[in-house]
Amino acid sequence: MSETSEQNDAVGHDEHPPWLAHHFDTPDQQAASAKLGMWTFLLTEILFFSGLFCAYAVFRRNHPEIFFDGHHFLNTALGATNTAVLLLSSFTMAWGVRCAQLGQRRGLIVTLTATLLCALVFLGIKYTEYKVKWEHHMVPGQGRIEALFGVQPEGEGTVPGEPAPRGFHPDIEYVVEHLREADQEAGVRVIAESVYQAELEQRAQYLGTFFGIYFCLTGLHAIHVICGIIAITWILRRAVRNEFSPQYFAPVDCVGLYWHLVDLIWIYLFPLLYLIH
Amino acid sequence: MQHETSHVNDAHHYDDHAAGVHVVPLQVLAGIFVALLALTYVTVAVTSIDLGSFNLWIALGVATVKGALVVLYFMHLRYDSPFNSIVFITAFVFLFLFLGIVIMDSVAYQPAVYELTPTP
Repeated sequence: MSETSEQNDAVGHDEHPPWLAHHFDTPDQQAASAKLGMWTFLLTEILFFSGLFCAYAVFRRNHPEIFFDGHHFLNTALGATNTAVLLLSSFTMAWGVRCAQLGQRRGLIVTLTATLLCALVFLGIKYTEYKVKWEHHMVPGQGRIEALFGVQPEGEGTVPGEPAPRGFHPDIEYVVEHLREADQEAGVRVIAESVYQAELEQRAQYLGTFFGIYFCLTGLHAIHVICGIIAITWILRRAVRNEFSPQYFAPVDCVGLYWHLVDLIWIYLFPLLYLIH
Repeated sequence: MQHETSHVNDAHHYDDHAAGVHVVPLQVLAGIFVALLALTYVTVAVTSIDLGSFNLWIALGVATVKGALVVLYFMHLRYDSPFNSIVFITAFVFLFLFLGIVIMDSVAYQPAVYELTPTP
């Protein structure tokens, strides 16, 4: 009895292809298990982001005016461009999975490279957006971040020789000017200038709530884009080495699923942050 | 021995057929991409029209349609094992439970928060 099982084991070890793990009976079973694992991971990713979406929902429900003021500081054209770039990358990724399914190695390499380029363009545009915010000291806790990296903080509320201030200390003149323009465009009537100026300064302070949520949501999303770039590079390297075939392409499939989720989250972030009416 | 031979044959069997997967036609993928771009344009355009509180719901509705297209076609969920759909939908059940209860709670105690806020 034991002899038979030993023989079976020996057959099992010798007779499966290197890409089919020993504990799976068929490639289908292996691929289905990988995908189920990936979907379960995506479930935890959605719940991971849900905390930040919850913060967004609670603050927007209670203080819609802060979000309306805040969205004037985001560039809708750049946000829409980034949406299109990410949708294009999702398309090339889906095309890449199709190439992998059909065993088209060249097509897979080209589509994965296109996806990587789109991801880099997305991060480049995000960088230019963040840079403007940084220059106007609109990142909550910016003084502390600068101090952490040994940069002399210069923002509002900085006292030479003292530790960098906590919290949100934007470039008040710039923010007030911007809010004033937005009000004029919306046709807000101003009765007393001195009262209005004080009100604008108060509104500038409140923007810290918006930018705290904005940087956490888009920052966490950007971290996911960077992780996606690493994963796609790994898949691209394996594609170049010709490790995939129509029988074995689960890694391409799973990285594709992850990349589409990153796109899916951005599909919600774009209208929620940039398109506030 | 007979059993082992058949096992060996099984091991070679899957070399000559692709695993049971659905290959989405390229035209479908391209069509979905164009639809996603068009919906992005719609959601940007509709923001400049004043529809009161409906603006938020339209933006979320368009985003949900876009998300559904991505999930069903780009992520193959339409052709995939229904079990994966159950896993994915479970995430949203808990998401709505989480957001719904927290927002209800927040709405309930917000007046008390305003009472506590010191006026300058």
